[in-house]
Formats: sequence, C-alpha cells, structure tokens
Amino acid sequence: MIKAILIFNNHGKPRLSKFYEHYSEDTEQQIIRETFHLVSKRDENVCNFLEGGMLIGGSENKLIYRHYATLYFVFCVDSSESELGILDLIQVFVETLDKCFENVCELDLIFHVDKVHNILAEMVMGGMVLETNMNEIITQVDAQNKMEKSEFFPFFSLYRHLSFSLPGRTGRHSPQEFGWYCRCTCSCCICRKEHEPSRNAQKHQHRRHQHKSAKLTLLQIAA
Amino acid sequence: MALKIVKGSIDRMFDKNLQDLVRGIRNHKEDEAKYISTCIDEIKQELKQDNIAVKSNAVCKLTYLQMLGYDVSWAAFNIVEVMSSSKFTYKRIGYLAASQCFHESTDVIMLTTNQIRKDLSSPNQYDTGVALTGLSCFVTPDLARDLANDIMTLMSHTKPYIRKKAVLIMYKVFLKYPESLRPAFPRMKEKLEDPDPGVQSAAVNVICELARRNPKNYLSLAPLFFKLMTSSTNNWVLIKIIKLFGALTPLEPRLGKKLIEPLTNLIHSTSAMSLLYECVNTVIAVLISLSSGMPNHSASIQLCVQKLRILIEDSDQNLKYLGLLAMSKILKTHPKSVQSHKDLILQCLDDKDESIRLRALDLLYGMVSKKNLMEIVKKLMLHVDKAEGTTYRDELLTKIIDICSQSNYQYITNFEWYISILVELTRLEGTRHGHLIASQMLDVAIRVKAIRAFAVAQMATLLDNAHLLTGNTQHSGICEVLYAAAWICGEFSEHLEDPMATLEAMLRPKVATLPGHIQAVYVQNAAKLFSTVLCGQEGAPADSKVAQETSQLLIDRLPVFVQSDNLEVQERASCILQLVKYIQKLQQKDVEVAEEVTALFAGELNPVAPKAQKKVPVPEGLDLDAWINEPPSGSESEDEGRKTKGKAVFAKEESRHTKPRYTEVDEKELAKRREVRKAEQANNPFYIKASPSSQKVYQEAVGVEHIPVVQIDLSVPLKVPGMPMSDQYVKLEEERREKNKTDRKKKDKKKRREKGRQRRGDSGPESEEDITPAHMVDIVTEEMPENALPSDDDDKDPNDPHKALNIDLDKPLADSEKKLPVRTHRPDEVLKSPIEDAEGLEVTSEPKKKSRKEKKDKESKKDKEKKKKKHKQEEGEDLMEAGSEEPVQSKVTNDVAAQPPASTPEEAAAVTDAPPASTPDAASGVAAVVPDSEPEETKSSKHKKKKQKREKDKKKKHHHHHHHSDGAREESVQNGTVEDEEPLPPMSNYALLAENSYIKMMKQDADEVCDIQGNLHDGSQVVVSVIFENKCDSFIKSMEFNVMDSLNSKLQRPEGAGPHDSLTVPFHLPPGISNEARFIFSVQSIVMPQKLKGTLTFIVKTEDSSTHEKLDFKLHFTCTSYLITTPCYSDAYAKLLESGDLKGSSLKLEGINQPFHHLLARICFHHHFSVVERIDSCASMYSRSIQGHHVCLLVKTADQTVSIDAKCDEPGLLRNVLDEIKLTFSQC
Repeated sequence: MIKAILIFNNHGKPRLSKFYEHYSEDTEQQIIRETFHLVSKRDENVCNFLEGGMLIGGSENKLIYRHYATLYFVFCVDSSESELGILDLIQVFVETLDKCFENVCELDLIFHVDKVHNILAEMVMGGMVLETNMNEIITQVDAQNKMEKSEFFPFFSLYRHLSFSLPGRTGRHSPQEFGWYCRCTCSCCICRKEHEPSRNAQKHQHRRHQHKSAKLTLLQIAA
Repeated sequence: MALKIVKGSIDRMFDKNLQDLVRGIRNHKEDEAKYISTCIDEIKQELKQDNIAVKSNAVCKLTYLQMLGYDVSWAAFNIVEVMSSSKFTYKRIGYLAASQCFHESTDVIMLTTNQIRKDLSSPNQYDTGVALTGLSCFVTPDLARDLANDIMTLMSHTKPYIRKKAVLIMYKVFLKYPESLRPAFPRMKEKLEDPDPGVQSAAVNVICELARRNPKNYLSLAPLFFKLMTSSTNNWVLIKIIKLFGALTPLEPRLGKKLIEPLTNLIHSTSAMSLLYECVNTVIAVLISLSSGMPNHSASIQLCVQKLRILIEDSDQNLKYLGLLAMSKILKTHPKSVQSHKDLILQCLDDKDESIRLRALDLLYGMVSKKNLMEIVKKLMLHVDKAEGTTYRDELLTKIIDICSQSNYQYITNFEWYISILVELTRLEGTRHGHLIASQMLDVAIRVKAIRAFAVAQMATLLDNAHLLTGNTQHSGICEVLYAAAWICGEFSEHLEDPMATLEAMLRPKVATLPGHIQAVYVQNAAKLFSTVLCGQEGAPADSKVAQETSQLLIDRLPVFVQSDNLEVQERASCILQLVKYIQKLQQKDVEVAEEVTALFAGELNPVAPKAQKKVPVPEGLDLDAWINEPPSGSESEDEGRKTKGKAVFAKEESRHTKPRYTEVDEKELAKRREVRKAEQANNPFYIKASPSSQKVYQEAVGVEHIPVVQIDLSVPLKVPGMPMSDQYVKLEEERREKNKTDRKKKDKKKRREKGRQRRGDSGPESEEDITPAHMVDIVTEEMPENALPSDDDDKDPNDPHKALNIDLDKPLADSEKKLPVRTHRPDEVLKSPIEDAEGLEVTSEPKKKSRKEKKDKESKKDKEKKKKKHKQEEGEDLMEAGSEEPVQSKVTNDVAAQPPASTPEEAAAVTDAPPASTPDAASGVAAVVPDSEPEETKSSKHKKKKQKREKDKKKKHHHHHHHSDGAREESVQNGTVEDEEPLPPMSNYALLAENSYIKMMKQDADEVCDIQGNLHDGSQVVVSVIFENKCDSFIKSMEFNVMDSLNSKLQRPEGAGPHDSLTVPFHLPPGISNEARFIFSVQSIVMPQKLKGTLTFIVKTEDSSTHEKLDFKLHFTCTSYLITTPCYSDAYAKLLESGDLKGSSLKLEGINQPFHHLLARICFHHHFSVVERIDSCASMYSRSIQGHHVCLLVKTADQTVSIDAKCDEPGLLRNVLDEIKLTFSQC
C-alpha cells in the first residue's frame, strides 16, 4: 500500500499532498515538514530510500523519493510495495505530467494542482497502484478533460491558458483592463476584444513556451 | 450571443479562480495568513450562492487551502453539493475535495450514499470512475455496507476502466466491511483471469494485499498464482505475485520447492532489476522456510548471494542499498555465505550514503566471530572518530555495543579490552547513549568477577577525570557513565588502589552540578569508600590520623549535598553526614569503628531478571483490575463524594475480611498447584531448592499470605543481608560459580545486564543482588508457573483492521452467504442485471443467525447516526436525488437480497403471530401483502419471515420509521390458493437455473410489505411505503389500493377524487418482480393507535385469461410509528426535563434477561428512540413525535427487571407508547 504521496519543492513548500489515511490538517503539515527535513538533507547521489518517517507509521514504512529539478516526489509505502517498482512509478508519474503539461515545470504544479490530482487518480487509487502504463493514463486523462471542456463551450479548450478579465475586478492582473489574459505567471494581455483572441493567443502560446524553457523543466534536469 | 452569456457566467464563476488564489498567495508572502483569511471569507460568500459553478470554484480553492494546512471541514456540506452536480467538471471537483478532506467522522458522508450509488450506475464511465476514486479515499463502514453490492456489480462492468477501479476499491470495502469478503471473493478470484491486464493487475494487487495479512487463507490460490507467474509478462504483476509467494512459503514448504526453479529461471532471464530483486528476496524467503527441510539448496543460496553481490557492487546507490537489505535476510539463516563477503560490507561502511552505512552496520552484527571481533570493532571505532552527524555516530555506538554484547558476550575473549573500548566511547561528545555505556560497564563489572580490579581502576580514572566528561557535555547523556563509575568504585572498593584519592574525587564541589540521581549514587558510594578507607587505615595501627582526616573530609564536603534540591541526594547526604559525625566522635575516643561501618555495606547484591516481577503469577482469586472499593460514581455530587470517603474506609475493611474467604475457597486448588510446582522444581536441575525453613513458611502460607510467599520464591531484592535465606543463596551461588564459572559468563550475561540496567533506573545499586547466572535463568522461566501466561507473545495489534479479514475463503459459500448481506436501494426497473439478480436469489440477507445480535447492535448504532443525519437529509435528499427520476421508487428495498432461502420454524413462528386475515381465494397467486398471516402454514411462514426481514432491512436503510410489532404493519393477504398449494420445493428449482431459480424464489404469490414513516415536513402526515411483489407466473396489473378512512386518519387522494375512491398503484408487476409504492395519510390525532381496513384489487393476466382479484388487509398505525428518532444532546435533554412541562408515567418489565445494550437497541430500533446518555445500567432516551411532542425515557435495569420512567407532554401518547414497548418485550 502507498500511504501517502507528497510533492514539495526545494524549500519544503507543498505542491501536492495526497494521504491515503486520514490525518488532521496539522498532522499532515507536520508530516510534510518532517519528510522535507529528512529528504532535503540528503545528497544528490545517495540512495532514494529512507527508513522511518516517524509520523507516517512505524518501522514497516519507507520513504521512496526522487528529486527532479526543483521538486521532490515522495512516496511513503509499506513493505508490500517493491522499492524499485515505486521508483519506476514515480518516473512514470513525472513523465505523464510532462506529457500532459507539455514540458512540465514547477509552475504547472503550482497553478494546476487539481489537474495533477486528476492525473494521479488515474495511477494510484486509495493507496493501490491502478495503472502503470503511461499511454493508458494519458488516454483516460485526456478523455476526461475533453469531456470537461465539452460541458462548457467548444472553443474554450483552445485557450485554456487564457482567462478573460473585466476591469475593476479584484485579484486580477495589475493592468485591470478588459481583455484576455494569460493565466500563467506573466501578466501580459493578449487581446482586448472579447471574441477571437485566437491569433494573439497562438502567438502567446509560443511565448508561454519560452517562459517555460527559461525555467528548466523537470525532466530535462533529471536527464 | 451565446458567447455573451457564456462570458457572463465565466465572469461570475471565476470571481477568483484557483490560479488567482495561488497567484494572490504568492504575491502576499509577508502577510499570507491574513490574505488567506480574506480569501476564505470570499469563499464563504461564494458558497452561499446558488450557482453551482461558483460553488465548485470555491470548493476547488478550498481543496488547495486544505493542502496548505487549513481546516476546511466546515465546508463539507458544500462539497457534497458540488459532488452531486450533474456536470462532470463540478462533480470531479467535488469528489476531489471530498477525497482530500472527508474521513470517517465526517457526518455529511451519510448524505452521499445515494449520490454515490447514482454515480456508480451512471452511464458515463467517468462519472463512475470519479466516484470510485473518491470513494476509495473516504469509504466508511456504512458506505461500504450500503454500496458493496453496487461495487460488486461494477466488477463485471463491460469497461475495463471501471472494472479495475471496482476491483481495487473492493479492498477498501473489505477492510471496512469484512462480511463482504466471503461473498465477493469468488468474483475477485475470477478477475485474476480477466482478459484486461489492468484488471488482472488490480485483482492481483488486492489479493496480495489481503494475503499479506492473513496468508494462510490464500494458500489455495497458489496454483492460480503459479500459473499467472509463469504466464504473465507484466513486471508489476509479477513483482506482486512473487512478493505474495514470499508471504505464502513459510506456511507451505512444498510450495517453496516448486517455486525455486521458476524463480531461478526468472533471476537468470530478467533484465528488470526490480523483478530480479524481488525474485531474490522470495528465493531467500523460500530458503529460510526450507532451511531445515531441503538439503541441496546451497546452489540457490550461492546464486542469491552472488546476485546480491552484483547489486551491492553496482554504482547505483539504490541497488546497493537493496542488496545489503536482502543480504541481511540471508544472514539470519545462512551467516556463512554472507561472511565470505565481509570485505564488501566493510567497504560499504565507508560509503558516503548514510542509509547504506546503516545497512552495512546491520550486517556486521551477524558477521563477527571471536576471531574478528576486535578487528571489526577497531574499524568501527575509527568510523566513530570520523563520523560527522551525531545520529550516525550514535548509531555506530549502539552497534558496537550490540555487536560486543550479543549472545551474552559470546565473542568477547578479553574483557579488559571491552572495558577500555567502553571507556574510550565515553570520550564521544554529545552522544545520547551515556546510559547504554553505563549499563554495559555495570553489567560487565558485576558479572565478570575477574575483571573487577581492572574495571575499578578504569572507573577511578574516569571519576578523577570527571570534569572532562561534564565540562562541555553537561546536558548530554554521557555523564551517565559517572553513575556507573561511582557505583563500581564504591561497590568494589576493595579493589581500589587509592580509595582516599577516589573518595576525594567523588566529593569535589563540581559534583553538585551533576544530575540528581548521579549525585545520589556519589553520596552513597562515598560512604562505601569511607568504610573501605577506615578498614584499610585501622588495620594499620597508629595511623588513625588518616582515618580521622577522611571523616573530616566527608564532614567538610557533605554539607554541599545536604543542601541539594534533590530529595534523594539531600536525604542520603544528611544521613551519612550524621553517621560520619558520630563515627568521628567515636574515632576521637579511639574506638575501633571500621568493622561496624563495613557491616553497613556487607553482602553482595544479586541482579534479578528484568521480567521476573512481571512473571509473578497473579494468585487465583486476586483480580488486580477489580476495584477494592466501589468506584466513585461520576454522577455523584461533591457532597456525596465526601460521604463516600467515609464509606470507602468501611468498604476497605470489608474487603479485607472477604479476601481470606476467597482464598480459602481455593485452598485445595492452591495446594494442588503447589504440589505440581514443587514436582516441577524438583525435576529442574537449575532450580535452587528452597531451604527447609523457607519451604515451611511457604507451606504454612494460607490465604492472603500466600501472595507474598510467591515473592519469596523469587528471591527478590528485598532480602536483608545477614538473614539465613540470603546466606544460603550466597553459599549456593558460590558453589555454583565455582562449578560453571565459564559457562555462566556466556549464558547469562545478557540477561543480567538488562536486569542491572532496569534496576539502576529506579532503585539504585543498593538493591542490586548477585545471583548466579544459572539461577537467573531459573527465575525467568520458573517464575512463570502454572498460570503465567506468555503475555508478551501476543504482539498483534487488536485494532488492526486486517484481523477482521482473517476469514476462511476456501469453505464453500453457504447459500446464506452468497450474496452480500446488504439490502440495497434499487431503481424501479427492479432488475439491474440478470447476473446480479441471479445472485441475489441465491442469497440471504443474514448469513448467520449467530451474528444477528451483533448486527442488531450495529443497526441500532447506525440508526442513531441516521437520526443525526435526518435533518440534513431533508435537504440533502432533495439535492442528492434531484437527478433520480422517481425518488420514491428508487427507495424500494431490494428484497431479493433480503430473502433467506430457508426459514427455521421458530423464526417463522415468531413472525406469524398476527391473526389470519384473508381467505385463500385468489387464483393466480398474485398477491398482496401483509401483516396478517396466511392460512397455509409453510408458505405463510416463509413469507412472513421474508417480510419481516425486509422490514428490518428497510429500517436499517432508510431512516423511516417502521413499525415493528410484527404483523401489525404488514398485511398479508392471501391469494393464490392454487399456486399456494402447488408443492414446489424452492431449493430444487433454485438449484436448476438462475433464471428459473429467480422465479422460484419469488414464490407463487405476491406479497406486500409496508412501512410507515412520519413525515417531517408536515406534522399531520404519515407516509406508508408498500412493496408489492409478484409471486406468481402471471402478469399483474391495474392494482388499486384503497383504505377506509376513519375520522382520525385519511388516505390522501388526488384532488377531485371522492373519499372512497381507490388509488391506482402506478406500476404493473411482471412475474417475479417487486416494487414499492408510497401512500400518504393525513392524521389528526396521534395520541391513539389506529387500525385501518383496506383492500387491494388487481387483475392477474395469464396467457389465455385474466382474473380480477382482491386482497384485504389491515393497516396498523401504532403510536410509535408517529415517533421520529431525533438526536438530542444531554444538556438539551436535561433542560427539557427541568422545564417541568412533561408529565411522567412509568413501566416495569419483569423477567427480561437480555443484555442491557440489546434492550436499548430494541427500544431504539422498534420505537424510534435515540440514546441520549448511558451510564452503566441506566440510560436516558429521547424521541419526538411528528407533531413535536417530546418523549423522554429513563431506562434502568437490575436483575432482570427493567424499569422505564417516561415523560412526555402528551400523557395519552406516552401511555400508548409504553404499552407498545411492553408489548415488544413481552414478545421476546
């Protein structure tokens, strides 16, 4: 059984936490902190297994982790899981994220934690491994996303990284102007017209990728 | 245009979406908490809106905040709302949130049952998938029970995507609802051979998980798994299977033999390291299990060790780690094969990776021998010096000690060496293990007599240099060694070269900064040293000056300790100070005191086994957990409390009187036991026979005195030196020591060490006694005489959920078990799938009569929960069922599942007590229903039972209020004489064909069950749910239901209908089908029970003809049916009682011999009460009528008598309710 799956960055900020047993919120945070503490002080080229996270259960459990660029992926498992198998699983998970987010980087996980959860749900269910075949996972995730989009409007999918903004709303981008905005960290306005952000959007898509390549993607670093 | 609408809604729904929230948090790094609290306020606003899009957006944000550690349980209800959205997008958000923050004690989970069931049966596979995923995270025992059938059905879904999820989630269901394991297991087994590899892997996963905890129940699957192992190519599955075999082989060595070959092949052929590793692991497990049985497996071991060596030599740290891990398993049984790789392992000690070094250390433990111990420890000592982190260094330290002390110092050839190692270890700064070193020092010094002189010299040096230890490591544990040093120097002071110098070192003012318990030892041992000095000095006459100087030294230095704030130190210091002052006086008079002073510390102290005390059997008749006095009752007021104090004294005395009586009763038994034990002791060569005198005492011991006698056997440390017994011990000991000096050293050191350590902890060295090793062994074993239980063997956690899954799966399913003992809600088309129904037929609702009681408890518990839920359910149900076409009908119970195939006469009899109502007239056996019994004995009894079951089940499931007084509510009507008379043995048909059996089970006539429920919305309405079941082979249609209205109760008919018109039942019944309809009655007064006469008319259509049939019944509205289980908190309850608006009445029931909780469960179950509070044999209960009357009960029980004091604001109602309660109990 997998007891918990944690993703946090080099500073210990949680990016995803999935506990397959119930803990109170405080305990969860404590577990994340402790795990980070254990994992972060290890060198890069040591083994990926750690015994005894005190909080997630007793001596039976192991922490198995991988470090990609800025993120740690930590699985807490019990003795019924194969250590090397779980390492492979983490790799599959990250590669799947990479496919789904097109060159995944930490920002994707920061802003789309719900999507990460959905992908994870296709791999691990209730602490047991559901699927290890990446193509199958991606097929299912895509099918669900498509369904989600079709419930709204057909073109929404094209511009999923954009959001539309009206002036004067709180919490919007600083320019506070009417138009389509990129939903990623840059705050550039793509188009002031409410229909047809298309061309600019495509351009922007391009730029978005530049953004990302500036940050090293997880897999590139790992390789 | 469309875009505009869309835009508007987007605009609203993305007031601030998840991304905005994340961005906001990132922009408010300095006041994050504040920002988030404003966000939470916004979210609360959003949750109040009706728009589901806005709500789900809010829930999505909450999920993120939950990850950051914010408690979002307050929004649980909103999460349920979002889950019940019909849009997949929102549903997914809702389920995600639920999976992140719901858990067993989330009460709104109760509301989700129907929604989840709906989603599970959704035509969209992703709806189902999302529900399964969510459910896997928050399934509760209730959900598991209610949904087990639905999930089982999904295991045979056409889509593999659903199948695999359903298979996986079954594991969680089993954990929460162990009763489902046996019925579901055959299907689970089928899934092992599912055409889809994903499903197959899921099934393997689940079964492995189950088998890991209770392997013996799964041995029979071994051939199947063996086949899978040789055929599967999926590494993930292979790994699981191989791991499973690892768990199974210890139970079945023959399996191991078969496995070796294919596993070896796999080891040779596979390229996947993970698979290779697991194979090696399992081969090791096999070899371990075979280690005695099969001679020629050295080749396999060699193969494993060789492969592991490759892993360990690999540059990949992970493989290295795992290699070492597996190696340590081999080590246990085949240490020799591992020892040849010592070089490799020592090399790993130098690895930069701490995990690997620790693993290597573990291995070292098993690799030492007399020859290489010193060498290895030397190497470790080097590492100790080099080690950076204190954790690793501490680990090294403990390992060194472990390695050296293992098997009672088996490998140590030179103890002087070991002592110096220990002394060296004290130089470690900041170690936490000072006490460990200290206990080793003590242990060795006490047990290895030959080493004492050396040890004492070393300790004296240590004491002299104590400042080195305490200087900078004041707070660390290392100063613990001073404790040992001081004690050893004091106790064995005869070996000291210069006791005076040591005494001086022990009385340095700096000592006062040490922890209290160490100071205490210092003070005490200073006194011992003092006596040694006196001895030494006085022996040489004329040198009394030195002796007097020593006294003076003590008198000067001890006052520091007298002022200590540690009580122990203070007390000892002042005692000794006074003693020394007195001695000084004597010295000044030139009196020889040395001898007398030495007498103070004469005699040797014996160590006692650490568990010896625990092993003292509790004498028969002594219950340590029993209260000697009555426990103070919690409800007693303070005054009473004070009074009981007085009583307590009295009570105590009384119990003292009773005690001897107790033992007298047992005396014969005791004598017998004593004989047995003595015989045992006589036969045991290790046992020291008690001296005649002590034996005498022992035999004379009677009654209470018997208890301490056992202790005497123990030779507990309380022994006073100088008494004959101890002398004898010492003598015997001496002899023995002479004899087995060498043996002893090896055998018992370890034990003694532990003993020593433990004692030191609490009682200090004074109580230390030295017992010969052989004797010690005796004490450990012998002091667990006749009735000592091997208590520590049972290390199983009683709370382990897997314990409940220890179920024999090989036993063929009894008919009663073939279906999950669950009644499910069933959509009105009645048949979900032929398969399910077929299965349904084969099954009964309650597999074992035995378990019924337990179940009832559960039920009542559940009832209570349900009650809680009730208010919410009002809304919730609307929400949750909004989508289901006909909510009413979807509530039909699955009576198929509820039918027991065979009924026992008693049961039947119990049910059929209602008066026979109708005449056998109906022709084609359609039938209606209920409470009154049918004339035909057999049929009717079966029938009834079914009904009752159904009724019960229903009660569990819906929280309707059902009446229970047997037939009262149900009406049986009779009909279908013709069919009735046809002697169709149900079992035979049932065995023939699924299809057939279905029909068979349905019986030939229809019946009807009804269920009356108060309507919460309207104080004057009662809902009656009636199930119609067609039991004949013909089609039944045009059913019309009519009831003769009374003044008080009226059937609600559609507008425009006359008061005598009948209501058309809105469905037809094909053969073998059942369905439910609900009828609403308006009630004026609920004070009195009601009986309404009614008629059901219907047309039975056969191929060639159709006949009109009629069925009469009586509807019985009891007063309890007007009650609604309503939870009530005890404070509100108390207020209610205080208010004085309620009028009382009471009831006494005699001869009730069921347990109190059953009684309560019955009242709750049958009469819709909830327990407010229960204290011992007294409980307060509450219920409420549909018109808002409060009904409070105080139930007390004593000796088969139950008294119920009741209060209610409507005395008439109360009287009737009490009558009904009485009736319930008179029937049982």
